[in-house]
Amino acid sequence: MSSAQLEIQLIACLVAIACAIPGTFLVLRKMAMISDAISHSILPGLVIGFFLTEDLNSPWLILLAAVAGVITVVLVEYIQKTGLVKEDTAIGFVFPALFSIGVILIAKNANDVHLDVDAVLLGELAFAPFDRLLVNGVDLGAKSLWVIGSIVVVTLILLVTFFKELKVSTFDKQLAATLGFSPLVIHYGLMSIASVTTVGAFDAVGAILVVALMIAPAAMAYLLTNNLKKMLVIAVFAGVASAIIGYWVAHYLDASIAGSMTTVLGVLFLLVYLFAPSKGLISVLFRQKRQQVEVYLLTFMLHLQNHSEESERHINHLSEHINWGKMQSKTVLDLALKNNMIVINNNIISLTEKGQGFTNKAIDYITTNSAVAIEKMKEDFFLFRG
Amino acid sequence: METKYAITVDDLTVAYNYKPVLWDIDLAIPEGVLMAIVGPNGAGKSTLIKSILGIIKPIAGSVKIFGKPYKKQFKEVAYVPQKGSVDWDFPTTALDVVMMGTYGSLGWVKRPGQKEKKAALEALEKVGMLSFKSRQISQLSGGQQQRIFLARALVQNASIYLMDEPFQGVDATTEKAIINILKELRKAGKTLIVVHHDLQTVPEYFDWVTFLNVKKIATGPVKDIFNDGNLTKTYGINYKVSVQE
Repeated sequence: MSSAQLEIQLIACLVAIACAIPGTFLVLRKMAMISDAISHSILPGLVIGFFLTEDLNSPWLILLAAVAGVITVVLVEYIQKTGLVKEDTAIGFVFPALFSIGVILIAKNANDVHLDVDAVLLGELAFAPFDRLLVNGVDLGAKSLWVIGSIVVVTLILLVTFFKELKVSTFDKQLAATLGFSPLVIHYGLMSIASVTTVGAFDAVGAILVVALMIAPAAMAYLLTNNLKKMLVIAVFAGVASAIIGYWVAHYLDASIAGSMTTVLGVLFLLVYLFAPSKGLISVLFRQKRQQVEVYLLTFMLHLQNHSEESERHINHLSEHINWGKMQSKTVLDLALKNNMIVINNNIISLTEKGQGFTNKAIDYITTNSAVAIEKMKEDFFLFRG
Repeated sequence: METKYAITVDDLTVAYNYKPVLWDIDLAIPEGVLMAIVGPNGAGKSTLIKSILGIIKPIAGSVKIFGKPYKKQFKEVAYVPQKGSVDWDFPTTALDVVMMGTYGSLGWVKRPGQKEKKAALEALEKVGMLSFKSRQISQLSGGQQQRIFLARALVQNASIYLMDEPFQGVDATTEKAIINILKELRKAGKTLIVVHHDLQTVPEYFDWVTFLNVKKIATGPVKDIFNDGNLTKTYGINYKVSVQE
């Protein structure tokens, strides 16, 4: 592995880390689309910054672009607050408007610099190592590495310092306000970080893919844990893993690095979405199916308890009486037998003592719906588990 | 003897998009009462509480907590929002939510430590939720979530408690448990203001009541003013509630 390759992967990893942290809070605040808006509308900020400084690497560019990002958020919120259009509509026209201003500014005035629309949308990570940071003629590494590295450090410091404030204002904005933590300050703080991160990542992965790096790792982590700190850690790891795997996929396919990274993110997300232990699709479907069978079992046992007459409890008439198909009746019957809830004598089904007890408790639970009762049920029976 | 007021509201008017939701409210809540705010839907009950807390800015009037603006007194006030106002799928545990109640006294940056954790565990025990401390909050029933919110207010160790429909969607056991805690708090000299819906239980639960329907209809001791006349004025239809002694 050459040092350029190493540098590219390092930049990609740092970009992933810088994106995953604000991304986690954006996902929890249900503001994923705001990252899309910010990533596009920073363009006019970059272009204007370039006109003013004539230098593509000036820190003023980052600052102005970040301001443009915050302006987007302010505009979206202002338009939404008038109540004339909904938030998604406001996002939908604010960022293309700002982005298009940037596109026109580039086309009219900056044709001779390497600030072209393709690079803006897709980034070009492979070129990042060519742009060196030279201090007194000493090569200190790729400039992008320093830019994104600083952003990661600042983001981490802010995260650790204001973790408590971020958490409480994300979970319960009103409580945060009454405790003396202005939700507005925290909100715009987060938006500023998201904007600065976007600008920093922009050069490497472009406006479209930076959104994926913010949202996909956080969404994966959300499905894998119930703990905010773990969610942040998992999001960071998911981002870093996609960055490294994505780089090597691009290497072997000879394709765009940013494109490969995002594809890997997509595949990883799909896997998590399907197979996450308790929140994944398969797990959810399995649980629903099991709960459905359990409800059927209970219905069946209630029927047995309600009817002392043998005609209602004859094994051959079961399907007619409770209006179930043959297969369904058999599944439920087998389940009840397996759990020693029923006995069958001469084709007549009766509840066992255990079955009786179970049914009584279940009725108790359903009629009182008392939280205390459920807790005991959860210990004793499989029915009300999770 | 001069009555000490926990909260005084003067000429408070709140409007959403120029439509008044609360109109010229004057209210003086004596210290140490357990007060219900009753009124029909859209009467501005939640808005009144949020205005007292400074979450909503009024277009006129002022609110004082023990004679000073809310911003200077926020440590004296604990708030129990409506259960539906937060996303219970948020990745955190019951204990952690209760700990959030300590953040106000900690202020910016400072992190909660053992002392705060101990206070949170005590509050959880008080509301009968200690065994659920590590449970993810989405795995709690509605009544349990409400108890968590109450515990979070308890750790704030405030003088005034403002609660927005704490009995909404909770089972009978939880309702009893919550009201017992509220009565205990009153005995300890705290002032409690509760948005309440079930008119039948007002005389049993509360000693003070405010009737609200955009304007203030009446406020005072339950035994003096909780009558059909005020109920009819508030709800606009002929109301009959049997008041138990």
